[in-house]
Amino acid sequence: MSNFVKKKEHGKWISRKLKNHLFHLTLIITITSLILILALLLYQIFKTGVSWLDWDFITSMPSRFPEKAGILSALFGSIWAIGLTALFSIPLGVGTAIYLEEYTNSHSLINKILQLNISNLAGVPSIVYGMLGLAVFVRLFNFERSILSGALTLTLLILPIIIVASQEAIRNVPDIIIEGSYALGMSKWQTITGVILPYALPGILTGSILAISRAMGEAAPLIIVGAAGYIAFLPNGPMDSFTVLPIQIFNWTSRPQAEFQNIAAAGIIVLLILLLSANAAAIYLRNKYQNRIE
Amino acid sequence: MNNKHKIKIKEFIIEKFLLLFAAVSVATTIAIVFTLFGETFLFFKEVSIVEFFTGTKWTPTLQPRNFGILPLFVGTMMIAIGSSIIALPLGLGSAIYLSEYAPKRTRQIIKPILEILAGIPSIVYGFFALTFITPLIRELIPQTQIFNAASASIAVGIMIIPMVASLSQDAMMSVPNSIRQGAYALGSTKLEVASKIVIPASKSSIAAAFILAISRAVGETMIVAIAAGQSPTLTFNPLNSIQTMTGFMVNISMGDIQHGTIEYNTVFAVGALLFMMTLTMNLISKAIVRKRKEF
Repeated sequence: MSNFVKKKEHGKWISRKLKNHLFHLTLIITITSLILILALLLYQIFKTGVSWLDWDFITSMPSRFPEKAGILSALFGSIWAIGLTALFSIPLGVGTAIYLEEYTNSHSLINKILQLNISNLAGVPSIVYGMLGLAVFVRLFNFERSILSGALTLTLLILPIIIVASQEAIRNVPDIIIEGSYALGMSKWQTITGVILPYALPGILTGSILAISRAMGEAAPLIIVGAAGYIAFLPNGPMDSFTVLPIQIFNWTSRPQAEFQNIAAAGIIVLLILLLSANAAAIYLRNKYQNRIE
Repeated sequence: MNNKHKIKIKEFIIEKFLLLFAAVSVATTIAIVFTLFGETFLFFKEVSIVEFFTGTKWTPTLQPRNFGILPLFVGTMMIAIGSSIIALPLGLGSAIYLSEYAPKRTRQIIKPILEILAGIPSIVYGFFALTFITPLIRELIPQTQIFNAASASIAVGIMIIPMVASLSQDAMMSVPNSIRQGAYALGSTKLEVASKIVIPASKSSIAAAFILAISRAVGETMIVAIAAGQSPTLTFNPLNSIQTMTGFMVNISMGDIQHGTIEYNTVFAVGALLFMMTLTMNLISKAIVRKRKEF
């Protein structure tokens, strides 16, 4: 009798173990297929574009003829737009984070309103920021369809990301060194600039780099704001009209001729190289930072 | 004494300055609401609300003009549902693997790969959809149109997998280890721990992650602008060319639309609806998490 129960239990155990192994296998297949998709995507782009990617491509203006077309004006437009975006968004984002973490109590009404507002902004689709930019910067402020309008739009778009990342970095500064600073008679602002910011800097930088690389890949809001699809000159200042890499790629992808798919892929390679180096820098900073804390 | 006074004034000014910085984000929200709903108000002066929400024809730029949003809405929903079918199981599976099964080493390799996938701009996924996924579908089902909802849905799905995975994984990792170990001590397998302990314990956060991801799919623009087509026809066939709300907004903005025209207001009306949809989903997702703070 007891032998029979044992056998039955053993059979159950085997089947439970088997189910577990099967599930494990399914999960491994899932993860592997994700990695394969990433590999396939990179391979597809590389295969389509790499033979079109040369120095001439980087240093030429766009053209109706695919073999002459290049990416120079889009590259410069992206550098201008992203540079200005960084200039606006990092001080604004870090300043807001400092205010939230150091000047308001986390249970106060103003803190709660700001936090709720920021987390809602983070979920607003990027194209809606484009409409905001069109209505406010292009029309109300009369900045026209310029780099400045584009950069201000991107600034508002990535502001929530920078704020949240900076808050996290500031929150991770140990209280003991902040109290130490106050004990030495430092004022609040002296403590912030002398102790908190230097300590939180790597975290802030990592978050900012990731946010800015997000802005670099955005096309939709800039199309709404009115970045052009075809620009054959280099921008001279923030009030010039412009295009950026993702919009130039979009423009090429939308054309029916096969050659334009090739240069679109070549453009994507340039964009991905820029983004991956930014990401690598962010990951490097984060790892260095984690090691220092440990 | 004088110096102390100076520092005090300086501190006061700095605090007000920082408050001003923080006010920018509030001003952004107010500006979004005012611009979207201001222009939408003008739109509804010329177009009846009933026609907008129940009309089945969308031809805002052609005579006779029709302003029924249903074709765009259905297009958007097709993308949202199609991408969820891809992203929710795959994302949840990856999260379970990373949180419950993977050795630390493997996790350290897979996490950055997911981060790379998350960092790829949507324009790249759009290109991939058009030049790889679409030809593949057409090979399998020849009557598929060049621009179709299925291809765009798959690409949007791939794009939001990392978001589902990392949010769900965070939720699962926050389940205390002591509960897991208790279950293992009773002889549970990993599958039983995952399905009977970890997932039930983190289910509200996982649901919140799902909703956020779907909201992201609803707002996704460049993939659908490239791969889903530009035909606002009311269809439920994923192999047909469609247009989504975001796709319409990009498409019409490629031309030069003048302020004050009905086209201009139309973009804002569609944008306002999109904003309301994503905002509702985000608020629901937040409410779910807040209602059940598990640990």
